[in-house]
Amino acid sequence: MAHENKREPLFHIVKRMDIKPGAKVGIKVLSIFIGLLIAAIFVVALSPKSNNFFGFFGSMASGVFSTPRRFWKYLLEAALLLGVSIALVPAFKMKFWNLGGNGQILMGCLGTCVVMFYLGGKLPDPILWILMLVAAVAFAGIWAVIPALFKAFFKTNESLFTLMLNYIAAILVGYTISSWYPKGTGSMTPLTNGQLPIINNTPFGKCFLPIVLFVFITTAVALYLKYSKHGYELSVVGESENTARYIGINVKWVTIRTVLFSGILCGLVGFVLSGAINYMMSTNMDSNMGFTGIMVAWLSHFSPIVMVFISLFIAFITKGMSQVNEDFGFTDENLSSVITGIIFFLLIASEFFVSYKIIWRADAQKVVDKIAFPFVWVGKKLSPVFEKIGNFFTGLKLKLTKGGK
Amino acid sequence: MHQLELRNITKTFGSVVANNNVSLTLEKGEILSLLGENGCGKTTLMNMIAGIYYPDSGSILINGEEVSIKSPIDAFNHGIGMIHQHFKLVDVFSATENIVLGYKEEGRFNLKKSAIKVKEIADKYGFIIDPKKKIYDMSVSEKQTVEIVKVLFRGADILILDEPTAVLTPQETRKLFDVLRKMKEDGKSIIIITHKLNEVMEISDRVAVLRKGEYIGSVNSKETSESQLTEMMVGKKVELNIDRTEPKDPKDRLIIKNLSTIRDDGLPGVRNIEFTARSGEILGIAGIAGSGQKELLEAIAGLSKIKSGTIEYINPENEEIVNLCLKSPRQIRDLGVRLAFVPEDRLGMGLVGNMDLVDNVMLRSYEKGKLDLLDRKTPGKLTDQIVKDLEVVTDSVNTPVRRLSGGNVQKVLVGREIASVPKVLMAAYPVRGLDINSSYLIYNLLNEQKENGSAVIFVGEDLDVLLALSDRILVLNGGHITGIVDARSATKEEVGLLMTKSVVVEEE
Repeated sequence: MAHENKREPLFHIVKRMDIKPGAKVGIKVLSIFIGLLIAAIFVVALSPKSNNFFGFFGSMASGVFSTPRRFWKYLLEAALLLGVSIALVPAFKMKFWNLGGNGQILMGCLGTCVVMFYLGGKLPDPILWILMLVAAVAFAGIWAVIPALFKAFFKTNESLFTLMLNYIAAILVGYTISSWYPKGTGSMTPLTNGQLPIINNTPFGKCFLPIVLFVFITTAVALYLKYSKHGYELSVVGESENTARYIGINVKWVTIRTVLFSGILCGLVGFVLSGAINYMMSTNMDSNMGFTGIMVAWLSHFSPIVMVFISLFIAFITKGMSQVNEDFGFTDENLSSVITGIIFFLLIASEFFVSYKIIWRADAQKVVDKIAFPFVWVGKKLSPVFEKIGNFFTGLKLKLTKGGK
Repeated sequence: MHQLELRNITKTFGSVVANNNVSLTLEKGEILSLLGENGCGKTTLMNMIAGIYYPDSGSILINGEEVSIKSPIDAFNHGIGMIHQHFKLVDVFSATENIVLGYKEEGRFNLKKSAIKVKEIADKYGFIIDPKKKIYDMSVSEKQTVEIVKVLFRGADILILDEPTAVLTPQETRKLFDVLRKMKEDGKSIIIITHKLNEVMEISDRVAVLRKGEYIGSVNSKETSESQLTEMMVGKKVELNIDRTEPKDPKDRLIIKNLSTIRDDGLPGVRNIEFTARSGEILGIAGIAGSGQKELLEAIAGLSKIKSGTIEYINPENEEIVNLCLKSPRQIRDLGVRLAFVPEDRLGMGLVGNMDLVDNVMLRSYEKGKLDLLDRKTPGKLTDQIVKDLEVVTDSVNTPVRRLSGGNVQKVLVGREIASVPKVLMAAYPVRGLDINSSYLIYNLLNEQKENGSAVIFVGEDLDVLLALSDRILVLNGGHITGIVDARSATKEEVGLLMTKSVVVEEE
């Protein structure tokens, strides 16, 4: 057929069946790059202070790498985020949409601070630490298990339930603070007893324990999901409840157990935040990590290894943007949040292009080719690098799978 | 000039070629059967005519003129209407409301006038339809009628029916065919997708065959035979024989008395079921879809709420009688009662689509071992064995099961279930969606289990197969047993009548 069919739609969308690991990396790198580019344009256009386009990137980097202290703070932020994301994964794998990470973290903070406040000075610190841990885990665990019980026995919707519990947790924390400091401004002063040990006189001081702890937890949860019977059961329940019932798995019990576990891990983040870093609590101590963690978990497709990289990236953007905020003279924090949002949005959007392909009408294809030419050219030049990164991840995954056999 | 002509249509989904360079014609006033194994691209091809997909290349001509069908509305404007396998109706609306839904009419919206028009269409072609009846009150066959009238209401000249008889009894099928013949006399062109060769021969003027996305050819129904059509579909000669041996030393294995169940939604499931399944025998279960087959099997497997009655299992090792009603699925399984249950959604129960073959085979045995650690080695070996014995086509045992074709998925499931030498094997629609070769492999596996002395319960939808494979056939309708017949002497009509026979219930 020689003539072109003009009535053909401009483009149509086709699902990709198999995508090369290199192309996947390429798409993600490209979308992050475009995201940064858009962010830079916005920042320069809106900045009252500077219009140095390339300065944006320098500023980003300096927010993280300029001093050892900043770098360790950055790693701490990434570790906390990793801790929350990995906490959410068991529940998510079971298709229990735990949106209550924030609330569970806050309850962990509350448990920790309650022990520090009431028992501090009355008991030796090591005993206090254990009690703080127990209280944090118990508070957060209860906060998670309530919606799990309702889901298991009454089939209530866990998303709404956990979401609402976030507000209650924040109010509980606020109420506790104001009852402790009736004349205060609603904020706490750091508690002196029960502070978790830190390594003094090093640049990484407070950061060391949390980083080690969350790297350890991530490894442990990854192994739990992959090699334990519990991990297997929760995947079956998540993938197909009918199959789980058919095989004789007690779906109710698995639901409760897994969500309890997820909540406990969130509680640990609260324990670290209040016991090892801030020695106090506030209603926004969770810094919304319960939600950011959801994004990390999804973007990494629940793979703990990828999760490490995504956490590092997101922490990089957050830390970098707060530096940009300062350097470019923004007085309003929200502006940098909007720009961070743009970068995240582009990163999430890249998932679409990993799963789908756009096929243009023949005449439109020519135009698209022209516009996309520089990207294609750069992409081709860089493709060996992307391929290597892609193969690295695939290889890692294969090794882990094979290891199980 | 052809009513409809497809020229060199190609459609791909990623690396999967669903249709490759297919050219096809449809004449005015013709009934064309589109035949081919599952996954050969029949539905994809039809969806392109109906505006659901857009072809990657190639063209569609109507009355000799090239058209571009970008949406179902375009298709309607060109006089094309498709009746999908899964009905697309609003449950709480009446027949007329569903029929006019989305239809743009001149002037004011007038439901009464539309109802009259619906009635006219129904009378013209011999449909039986109550325009005011709500969809949720309708039987499957009535819903199908609504779908067909909906298409005619919009003035379709080309009708596409995707497996319309899959959900009908033989009697309902005959009625549908009468209607189709009337439409043909009226000058409508009809494409009908079906698997059943005898129906193809009965209803169509011409048969077009697709194989693996490619057009193989078309033959006039009068000049062909079932074996020729099969050969065209499969690409080689296939023996379509099912051996049926006499049951060897049958012993009562399951005795079910007065069984009534309650479904998850609180409505009654099966009612007052009484039958006996014997070792070394295949008990077929026939019935219109949704007559209680699922509920019955799930009750035996310990998956549904039992209101009353007993399910007695006679353990062949010690002749001990166990009441399965009081047991959990796990305890029942340990007794050797195996449920190879495959509902419409193949991966909905029994397998986990996103897990690989080993993890799926492991479902049965993962609990073994004292530690909380999984042992993937033993199931790994079993998987290799199943892949080898049943000729499962897969890249590796680490491929997610959902990537396998329907037949291979089924082989994995059935292979796992029979690996443990079950005493009772229940299979629901085990060949649904499978190609001919895989179907016969599954029949042979069921026969093998019968020879090994297990009591096989086989829920089927193709009456010809049920009659050929089973020793006895139990017929369900509306949750009741309407009859148990000897499969060797019963006829298709007899079973068909039992399938629609109603049982008067004395409500307590």
